[in-house]
This record gives sequence, C-alpha cells and structure tokens, in this order.
Amino acid sequence: MIDKRMSVDAIVDQLRDGMTIAIGGWATRRKPMALVRAIARSDLKDLTVIAYGGPDVGMLAACGKLRRVIFAFVSMDQIPIEPHFKAARQAGLDVWEMDEGMLHWGLRAAAMHLPFLPTRVGIGTAIAEDPRFKTITSPYGDGETLIAMPAIKPDVALLHVHRSDEKGNVLTLSPDPFFDELMARAADKTFVTAEQIVSTAQLDLPANARYHLVERPLIAGVAEAPFGAHPTSAAPDYQLDLAHLRSYAAAEGEAWDAYRDRYVAVDAPSYLAAVGGADALRAIAVPIY
Amino acid sequence: MTDTQATLAELLIAACADVWRDDPEWLATGITPIPRLGASLAKLTFNPRLMITDAENMFLETPAPIGPRDSTPTAEGWAPYARTFDNLWGGRRHALVAPVQIDRFGQTNISVIGDHAAPKAALLGARGFPGNSISHPNSYFVPQHSKRALVAGEVDFVCSVGYNPARWPDGRKPHRLELRRIVTNLCVMDFGGPDHAIRLVSLHPGVGLDEVRDNTGFEVLTEGEVPETALPDAEALAIIRRLDPHDIRATLLKGNPSAVRAA
Repeated sequence: MIDKRMSVDAIVDQLRDGMTIAIGGWATRRKPMALVRAIARSDLKDLTVIAYGGPDVGMLAACGKLRRVIFAFVSMDQIPIEPHFKAARQAGLDVWEMDEGMLHWGLRAAAMHLPFLPTRVGIGTAIAEDPRFKTITSPYGDGETLIAMPAIKPDVALLHVHRSDEKGNVLTLSPDPFFDELMARAADKTFVTAEQIVSTAQLDLPANARYHLVERPLIAGVAEAPFGAHPTSAAPDYQLDLAHLRSYAAAEGEAWDAYRDRYVAVDAPSYLAAVGGADALRAIAVPIY
Repeated sequence: MTDTQATLAELLIAACADVWRDDPEWLATGITPIPRLGASLAKLTFNPRLMITDAENMFLETPAPIGPRDSTPTAEGWAPYARTFDNLWGGRRHALVAPVQIDRFGQTNISVIGDHAAPKAALLGARGFPGNSISHPNSYFVPQHSKRALVAGEVDFVCSVGYNPARWPDGRKPHRLELRRIVTNLCVMDFGGPDHAIRLVSLHPGVGLDEVRDNTGFEVLTEGEVPETALPDAEALAIIRRLDPHDIRATLLKGNPSAVRAA
C-alpha cells in the first residue's frame, strides 16, 4: 500500500540550502502558505524561488530565505505592490525577470524535458537583453528570430491542493489550475499540502476528472493542512483574507517582528486561532474584482 | 444630468471605451477601473461583439458592475490563465492598460524605476506586457499626464515593445506590434505620425496644447486644428452609473473634477 502522508515540517526537512523551489498558485490564490511559513521558521537559506508571486515570495523575502527570485510579477492584486518583496528587491535581492508567458514556457520546456521552447514573447524588450536568454533563427522559410526560452527547472515544487488521497492523487477544485501541473512535471520532486486527505473513492473520479492535477508518481509527499493556503484563497473551500493581507502588507520594518511572532513562529492550531478560527475563515465572502 | 455635468472620470471612461469602437469579436481587457469601465461601456453601447471577463477567470455574458454587488453575473466562458495566454498569443484581444512610464516609441514600463539591477523603486514586474505587446493591439491609459509618466528618452525598463526599430531583432517589426491610443487626463493621442510618431487626437474640454506639451517628455505632433474630446452622452452616463453604482469613479482622480474645465 502506497502511503505518502507526512507532516508539513517533514516536507520542509526534505529541502536543502540553495535549492530552487517552484511555488504553485498565483498571486493571492492557492499558495502553499503553511509550507511557506514552515520554511520561514526553518534554518533553510539561499533559496531560489520560481513563482507567479504573491505573499509567498514576500514572506520568504522578509524572513531572509531568498538568494534569487525567478518571476514575472510579485503582487497581491488588490495590494498591487508586495511591500516585502519591494523592500528586498530595493535592498539588492537578485532576480531573473521575465514575462508571465515566458515563465509558463520555461516550466513547460522543463516539464517536457526539452532544453528550450521557442517564443516571440520578450522580443524587443529589455528582458531580451538578459544574457540568460538566447535567440534562435527559425530553420523554416520565415527565418524569424525567436527567443529560445530555456527550461526553468526546479529541484522541488511545493503546491497546495484541495483534496488528496494517501497515494498522492490530488485534486485542485478552484476555477483556475494555474501552472501547478507544469511545476510538478518540471521538478525533481513535488510535495503538496491538501485541505483534506480523503479516501480514493471520495475523490469522486471520474466526476472530478477535470480537477485531477497530475499522475501520482509525480507527487512525493502529501501533508494535510486545513486552511493551508491562508491568507490566500483555496476557493471554493475558502476565499482570500484581504483584511489579513492588508495587515501583512502593513507589517513593514519593525512591525514585521510582531507579525512574524504572531503568525509565522507558531504552530498550525495557534495560527488558525490567531487568524480568527475556521468558522470565520469559511465565512469570508467571495472577493469582487 | 446634462452632458456638461459629466465628470472628467466619466469623460475618460468614454474615451477609453472608444478605443474598442471598431474592434472585431475578441477580448477587451481594461486594467484599472477607468479602462475596465470603458471596456464595459463599449460592449454595452457600440460594440456588443466584445468579450469581457470578470477580471478573474470567467467571460461574462454582460459586464458586471464594479464594487460590492448582490447578484452573480452570468458567465459565458472559461478564462484560466493558460487559456488567456493561448488566446492572446493568437491575437484575439485588445488591451488597455495603465503603465507607469511610456516613451515616444510607445514602449512602456511597470517593472522598476531606475536601474533594473539596483532599482530606486521596485514595481510589479513586467507581468504579461512583453507578450501582449507583440501579440495583439494595445492602448494605454495615463491618469496623471506628466513628464514622469510620459518620459523623455526611453522608459527605465522596456517591458512592452514600441515603434523603436533599434530594439527589433534584424530591424524587423515584431509580429503583431500595433499600438492604438494613449488616453490621459489631458488628451487622447495615437501613433498616427510619421514612423508611428505619437500624435494628438483630441484635447479634453478646456485643456490647451501648451499644457500637454509642458507635461510631456517627448514631442507630441499635431495636425491642423485639434478637436475637443467628445463628452459622454446621456446614454453613456446612464450606463456608467449602472456599471459603477457606488461611484468609485469619483475617487479615482484628485478632486473629481468636471469634464469641462472652469474657464
């Protein structure tokens, strides 16, 4: 019997200094924040993070865990500028910036075990001046110059899903799967947190087939972490907690220590109590954009 | 309410709507409230062909009002990010977005102010601007027309391609580069000058040419008498009020000025 269940901290124990880690989700949606907080509490350092970034990147930056960020944006949508990322970036944090679609293509190339995929995206911009991007001439009649988007290969992908069984069959029930599948295919190992670990029958396949993220051999471990995406959303189970995100964003400079003590340097039950408890989080209204 | 009582925000919404006037059946994306209200207004008046999203991951049958609302709008399609990329790479979109800087080539920046390696201010990151700019038509919105926004020389970090052959590989114009309009709080411009130079289309009521020139970091061409930007008509104003029932538009421009400047 395959049983991939483990704790959040046991997942973090699998990580090493200097690793390149892809973090799933998008901005304020379905970020594996319980894992991010556990990394923030750990001794890990010099991490390279690949992300469609939100408070995951900001929190790791604020806790001094990052050596480099590979990104197209770091934003919390309603709070457009992520203040902790901004502060770290202005203090010299190394970045590799690209278009959202280039990141998509880089992950896809890695997922397909290709060295690169051609794209027009980036052509003519300052991004194309980065020597890490090479160009290629189309070998067909058009002779067009394209960017050879290199594979962006993570050592590990960390994702938050809604449901998993013990074997690592995972469902993401939210309306947008983002690029989590590509991250799982691109990484050497993928660990997930799940809102609920359920029986295989309770995954309710094939009715939920369209929510099934990826084949289970790609999932190395699964930890149950209710509200593990908070303060980002794991819709439809719960919505983003904008009030909490605003207090997180306001915790700049010396105020960061108080935020960290209250919300990061604590165990899961204490965190849930500090953010208002399960009923309050479930009651947060659907955001209107 | 008569036309002359329209606010500048309402005039800008109507001027933004106009960028999609003759577009075919494709996605109209307006980022930040005034462009978004403009896209919705265009769809509800002269261009019902347009597709509109809920600003998240659904296409809506009818544009949704902004701000808190009681009803759930009817979705007509699915727009997760992977499909959004596929759609925009296919060219079926016209975006109206609000960059931090624009230069004379129409190149824009939302990444950093200052040197990219050691920024004075880190902003969002390039987001999807590079891909948008070579895939489908783009227009730009500038709520505060100034030399900080409409800059001399080049923008600090070129996130989206413009009409600057020095940056084009082999000097070839990128694939589908097509810049349409710039709507600011002073005027409407397009890229209709020689070699796509930026040209004045209209001045908002009461705005003088000198004010535009004094607040723009590059030369703005004019051809003959520059017309006045049209005020939104009564139908447009009624739709704008319906799309923004909480009057969020009144909070977007400092002092919520009238569309017609006091003489």
